[in-house]
Amino acid sequence: MKNEYDVVVVGAGPGGSMAAKNAAQRGLDVLLIEKRQEIGDPVRCAEGVSKVWLKKFIEPDPRWISAELKGSRIFSPDGTMIEMAEEIAGAEVGYVLERKIFDRALAYESAKAGAEVMVKTRATDLIIEDGFVKGVKVMHLGETYDIRAKLVIGADGVESKVGRWAGIDTSLRPDDIETCAQYLMSGTGLDQDFCHFYLGNEIAPAGYIWVFPKGQGLANVGIGILGSRSGKKHAIDYLDEFVKNKFPKAKILEIDVGGVPVSGSIERTIANGLILVGDAARQSDPITGGGIVNAMETGRIAGEVAYNAISRRDLSTNTLQEYEKRWRAKIGLDIDNSLIVKNTFITFTDREINALAHSLKGVNFTTMSLLDLLYALFKANKKILWDLRVIFKNVIKYDMDFER
Amino acid sequence: MVTINVNRFKCGYCGACVGVCPFAALELVETWIEVSKECTSCGICAKICPVRAIEVER
Ligand SMILES: Cc1cc2nc3c(=O)[nH]c(=O)nc-3n(C[C@H](O)[C@H](O)[C@H](O)COP(=O)(O)OP(=O)(O)OC[C@H]3O[C@@H](n4cnc5c(N)ncnc54)[C@H](O)[C@@H]3O)c2cc1C
Repeated sequence: MKNEYDVVVVGAGPGGSMAAKNAAQRGLDVLLIEKRQEIGDPVRCAEGVSKVWLKKFIEPDPRWISAELKGSRIFSPDGTMIEMAEEIAGAEVGYVLERKIFDRALAYESAKAGAEVMVKTRATDLIIEDGFVKGVKVMHLGETYDIRAKLVIGADGVESKVGRWAGIDTSLRPDDIETCAQYLMSGTGLDQDFCHFYLGNEIAPAGYIWVFPKGQGLANVGIGILGSRSGKKHAIDYLDEFVKNKFPKAKILEIDVGGVPVSGSIERTIANGLILVGDAARQSDPITGGGIVNAMETGRIAGEVAYNAISRRDLSTNTLQEYEKRWRAKIGLDIDNSLIVKNTFITFTDREINALAHSLKGVNFTTMSLLDLLYALFKANKKILWDLRVIFKNVIKYDMDFER
Repeated sequence: MVTINVNRFKCGYCGACVGVCPFAALELVETWIEVSKECTSCGICAKICPVRAIEVER
């Protein structure tokens, strides 16, 4: 570790590693720090990801793919099933990853591109001079160090402090977070080709239960509930109930817990000398809670903008505005739309969810696109879904780009 | 003054509590949560903890 770099990236999740890789590839001197001693572990993820989106960033590698998905099945509270699957046999649409290996592989990519990587190294504050972020203070094995940088990229996930240190309020209200618990289980008897979603306020208030195949008979069985609905019972209590009823004989091989931001976009993701990416910038999807590919997308943009800004020797928000503009153009609209959907769906009673599911009887979905599903629901239930109309107005304008 | 009590045997050190703390009073360090004097015992962290590991001391 030196005491000065062009770029210091805080956090080696998918967002941070992509940022470090893309900055280093362009010849910048980059340090990627991660406070954990093992990148990617413990896992805080259900590990589902769309195939087409992932392929934009990295060539799929069997070492970090646990299962391939043909489609999804969604169950309403009364058990009505909606199935969405690719019509063409062999056209797998999604992967279930092994994040422990995936995240490390991404960090390795950044190392191969020339970035220095340090684990067990925690940012404890920013160095701020004359209104500009000029580096980070870190703790490594109990010692503190000052590391200067032209630009700091905060990719420190749901628990992000980097933005707050620079005066960007990223704190999440209880209704801005899904609080989650998951078991890796054997013996669920799950159909390994499909991911399963269970809806209902009794079993998962303002959230859902997921059962994702993990390969070789294993499954990620997890739940996310809206933070504002947690308290009397917590995510783990709902999960235990579900597992007891649904998979009484299955065995628990791992426990994962975590929170996903579902706040929607925050106003500002840059400051002088600072860029926030991924969950730290609250860029995860408010309806699905998916954030892997969004973090990779914005990490990549951040790495490119880092190079442009440093080349121009201007790290002010004027130049970093390029990041703000580019990421919002890429995924901002999807996030805004998902927030509208979230705000509509969290108000529904189980009866309403059942009615929505019934309205789709006979509808045949040959894609796994969430937008197709929503559009079919909208057409059949205009009255209760009237708030969603703006989404479809936008869709026609901006193409159907909603496959995540 | 300790204002919240994090049961480190239950805690899954996921950092969700850190993200919701309005006062930035929590920090996930290695495998435990550190609480600073900014904590006001507001209880939001205890409410959202996925595994019910946090109790507010009143
Ligand atoms: C239960 C659960 C299920 C999920 N399921 C899915 C899913 O199926 N599909 C999907 O796409 N998304 C899912 N998500 C969301 C997804 O995990 C995140 O959106 C994604 O990991 C965000 O990537 P990131 O790089 O922004 O942050 P993270 O992956 O969270 O990485 C942040 C990193 O920063 C490190 N860090 C934090 N503070 C510091 C510091 N001060 N100094 C140094 N390092 C620090 C952390 O240790 C961590 O390694 C799920 C989330 C949860 C909790």
